[in-house]
Amino acid sequence: MQFSEQWLREWVNPSADSQELVERLTMAGLEVDSVNPVAGEFSNVFVAEVISTKPHPDADKLSLCQVSVGGEELLQIVCGAPNVREGLKIPCAVVGAVLPGSFKIKKAKLRGQASFGMLCSEEELGLADSADGLMELPGDAPVGQNIRDYLHLDDSIIDVDLTPNRGDCLSMSGLAREVGVLTSAAVTEPEIEPLSATHQETFPVNVVDPSVCPRYVGRVIKNIDNKAITPLWMVENLRRGGIRSIDPVVDVTNYVLLELGQPMHAFSLDTLSESLYVRLSEKGEQLTLIDGQEIKLDDGTPLIADANGPLAMAGVMGGASSSVGSDTKNIFLESAYFNPIVIAGKARQYGLHTDSSHRFERGVDYQLQRKALERASRLLLDIAGGEPGPLVEVLNKDELPSTCFITLRSARVARVLGFHIESEEIEGILGRLGLSFDSESEGVWRVQTLSYRFDINIEADLIEELGRVHGYPRIPTRMPQAILNPVLRLESDLSVSRIKRNLVEQGYQEAITYSFVDPDLQSLFQDNSNALRLLNPISSDLSEMRTSLWPGLIKALQYNYNRQHDRIRLFEVGTCFVPEQGGISEQQKVSGVILGSKQDESWTGDTTPVDFFDVKGDVENLLGLVSTQAVFQFSSTDHPALHPGQCAKITKNNTCVGVLGALHPKLCKSLQLDGPIYLFELQLSEVSEGAIPYYTEISRFPGVRRDIALLLDEAQPSGDVISAIKEQSCGLLRDVRIFDVYGGKGVQEGHKSIAVSLYLQHVERTLGEDEVTEFVDGVLEKLKKEFNATLRE
Amino acid sequence: MENLNEIVAEAQSEINLAESPGNLDQVRVKYLGKKGLVTGLLKSLGKLTAEERPKAGAVINEAKVALQEKLEEKKRQLEQSEMNEALAAQSVDVTLPGRRREQGGLHPVTRTLERIENYFFSLGFDSVTGPEIVDDYHNFEALNIPDHHPARAMHDTFYFNPNSVLRTHTSSVQVKEMKVTPPPMRIICPGRVYRCDSDLTHTPMFNQIEGLMVDENVSFAELKGIIEGFLQDFFEKESAVRFRPSYFPFTEPSAEVDIQCVMCGGKGCRVCSHTGWIEVLGCGMVHPNVFKHAGIDSERYTGLAFGMGVDRLSMLRYGINDLRLFFENDLNFLRQFN
Repeated sequence: MQFSEQWLREWVNPSADSQELVERLTMAGLEVDSVNPVAGEFSNVFVAEVISTKPHPDADKLSLCQVSVGGEELLQIVCGAPNVREGLKIPCAVVGAVLPGSFKIKKAKLRGQASFGMLCSEEELGLADSADGLMELPGDAPVGQNIRDYLHLDDSIIDVDLTPNRGDCLSMSGLAREVGVLTSAAVTEPEIEPLSATHQETFPVNVVDPSVCPRYVGRVIKNIDNKAITPLWMVENLRRGGIRSIDPVVDVTNYVLLELGQPMHAFSLDTLSESLYVRLSEKGEQLTLIDGQEIKLDDGTPLIADANGPLAMAGVMGGASSSVGSDTKNIFLESAYFNPIVIAGKARQYGLHTDSSHRFERGVDYQLQRKALERASRLLLDIAGGEPGPLVEVLNKDELPSTCFITLRSARVARVLGFHIESEEIEGILGRLGLSFDSESEGVWRVQTLSYRFDINIEADLIEELGRVHGYPRIPTRMPQAILNPVLRLESDLSVSRIKRNLVEQGYQEAITYSFVDPDLQSLFQDNSNALRLLNPISSDLSEMRTSLWPGLIKALQYNYNRQHDRIRLFEVGTCFVPEQGGISEQQKVSGVILGSKQDESWTGDTTPVDFFDVKGDVENLLGLVSTQAVFQFSSTDHPALHPGQCAKITKNNTCVGVLGALHPKLCKSLQLDGPIYLFELQLSEVSEGAIPYYTEISRFPGVRRDIALLLDEAQPSGDVISAIKEQSCGLLRDVRIFDVYGGKGVQEGHKSIAVSLYLQHVERTLGEDEVTEFVDGVLEKLKKEFNATLRE
Repeated sequence: MENLNEIVAEAQSEINLAESPGNLDQVRVKYLGKKGLVTGLLKSLGKLTAEERPKAGAVINEAKVALQEKLEEKKRQLEQSEMNEALAAQSVDVTLPGRRREQGGLHPVTRTLERIENYFFSLGFDSVTGPEIVDDYHNFEALNIPDHHPARAMHDTFYFNPNSVLRTHTSSVQVKEMKVTPPPMRIICPGRVYRCDSDLTHTPMFNQIEGLMVDENVSFAELKGIIEGFLQDFFEKESAVRFRPSYFPFTEPSAEVDIQCVMCGGKGCRVCSHTGWIEVLGCGMVHPNVFKHAGIDSERYTGLAFGMGVDRLSMLRYGINDLRLFFENDLNFLRQFN
């Protein structure tokens, strides 16, 4: 809501200067967004009249003008504006004037002709951002008067960002009321007297659905002159309020909207057929709006219609067929109260937002309609003449809101605000807010609500008002006192923070990517036909909820890869939206992606690119945080996005909890990335329980290492072999490691050799040679049986 | 006997010429070994008379001891120089960078989030998370934002269907928590939230932390205390803070909180739109209607609530001037926070 400060001060004029006033408003919850001067800084510009013009002898587009600025002599001024003409009144900057931007006007010669000043446009005076020609002043503008005085330009436009609860401040009268509350300054309202009708003509109004419109007030006004000129003060107040002047009827309705907050509408009476109906639309009805937009109506939209069909979208915008033009003589003026709940959302439903819908949605004073109609009638008669008919009102009392009583308790005020406000101050604030109240007992009041404050209905609303008007800065500040209930923290809780730090220590950089991704990208990673899509995405490439963190991470990798990064390690922890039977399951996942060399390039010269076992090692380190109760197993699997030969699933108790592997070369190619790229993804919930250490006896006796080289089928996963050896432990096996894998020359075709070292140790004694040999033989026998493994000679 | 001096002189010269401990040992064997020349002289003492023997013995022994000392000294010298050579050969350029595994780093938003959490953890708040897809009831209705409320226009909501949305705030988590946990309660709810808005100062996804404290004696004064304390803790300085009345459907009274601009110290700059103030969070006392939905007796309990944008606080803390940087994941950006 923007408005002229001068206009506000006509209503209420506190001693506070502009800056203080703005500060008071902001600190009362009416946040001032900006304060801008109405015009640029300039001096020595006067109302002038063009007495005569003739073409410049040496320039086609210039005119030689004789201009009167009120002195005895006329000034010769060269002007290039298209609209310069005899008799025109314009602002004229004389020699010595300084225009916005410190532009000094001097005596000049233009193409050989002397020029003693400059005729100005609105743009040149800083009144508008752009202009097509000279600023045309009304015919009665007094020649010679300083333009700043004439147009009251020593004024500011204040723009207040009103919260949705303060619909009552969407008018000059509401703002003035608020300033009065805050500054205790007196508020002067214009006097509004009912008009007496000069004829008895009315137009019938049928409110078909009273819940839409509990009060409809209207009047016929005949024989107006809509070609009359709207007075400058009204034009300027409208302009400073952000509204352009059109014609007297439109200007007056807009003026009352700004002044009193009542949206109004004028119908061209002669276009109306039989009767007006306030009703809800039926599906498929059509309406052409004032701005030319053709609307196909859904059902349930509040309308003003006549016998022929829809005329206006009630409380939102008028229609073209019944609109008022410069030739209109007879009008029907409407001032109605539309129910906010019925109106709300209707404008938005059709992509509309108007000054009128903005106010009706927030609630217009339901007692204002008669007053506003009288005000508008009076203003219109003053400007455009005409004959007013009697005011007609269709009122449905049952549907009209009514005031009620709220009990306000001083003790409750103290509990919510945290300090005691004296009863005297409470009563003072209630009074200034215009609330009538009576005291029920000491510190308890019965307060009556107001027709214009839709946000005051319960005690909490009053307490907010008290806090606000008393001033938030004056409310004490203190730390709370509370019972020290400890927050339970389990040692075994493996926090997300710990997991993130593990990956950071392993060289990964944390990324945060959007939860919605490009469906085309996502489809490369897995079947996304059931993935969840937004109805109203920002754009198509942010339209599908991710089912994995990979698409986002790959996109981030690509972004960096295209910016000369050749070694990238990224991870993300976040929610994935996984389609499951019966809906979407939100799953927290942790994923990573790596590309480039194992180490950053360095003088040590190790530039080996990462391989499967780098990413697996990282994952194993991460899983090392998890409770030792959990046994994770890696087994080869297939995944649409991964290399079929370098792809493993991770299972815990036979449940798949993650997957890792190399990005499929065909994906690398279509994403224009030089692989190999390795990825992993784990279910966060499966790595959320950490290990709690438990001491086991340390052996005081020496251990023994035995190395065995096994010949196995090439396809035999070595993990199974190791598991089998571990099963054989007999309490002797402390550790088992694979220290070499070999295939090729010297090894039978279709076979591979793996070298395993066994570390044996007993807690209570030194192991004897026989014992060790017996153990190793036992292992070999088991491996022979289970995997057909033989000892390699 | 007469050649003792010659032998000693010769031995000394050979000791001096020895170049390695091995060399030197040869010299020792030659003169002092079992068959050495000086040893030979000692053996020849037997040929002398009983009177001559002690005197001659003493002279030879003296010479022997002198040679031994000489040998020892030379040995030390040689070992020292050998060590010196080895040390010289093993010296490295200590200014070359060490061999290490590069560390990654946390995203600045995570870093900021953890700082915020830590303040509230220190006050006994617990952290609670919840789903990001919520129904209309939890995102709006239960928070006193009925259908068609003008405040809904402030939340540009992403929809899946008319009753299923991406949460526009984490307040939805608070609603659920209030229903299951009896007061008193102190919780914060961090998480991603979504608004259908994308321009210079808005991203369609951002990170938020909301907090809620419900107890028998919390008021607007305690709200001010907690929030001022937080802002001082977060920015690690005592800057001016102001509480400005505002409107949120779920709190009443409500406030927006501004701090003195951290960039210009309140003088006015581009970051604060020349007002000297920067809005950092919203807060208020829980609206009785929200308590009603949650089944909490609003006569017995009062509640304070607040919500803040983690990304925005991160920008202010680290001087980041473009919100979109957070989600581009440019390594040149991310690594600045390692």
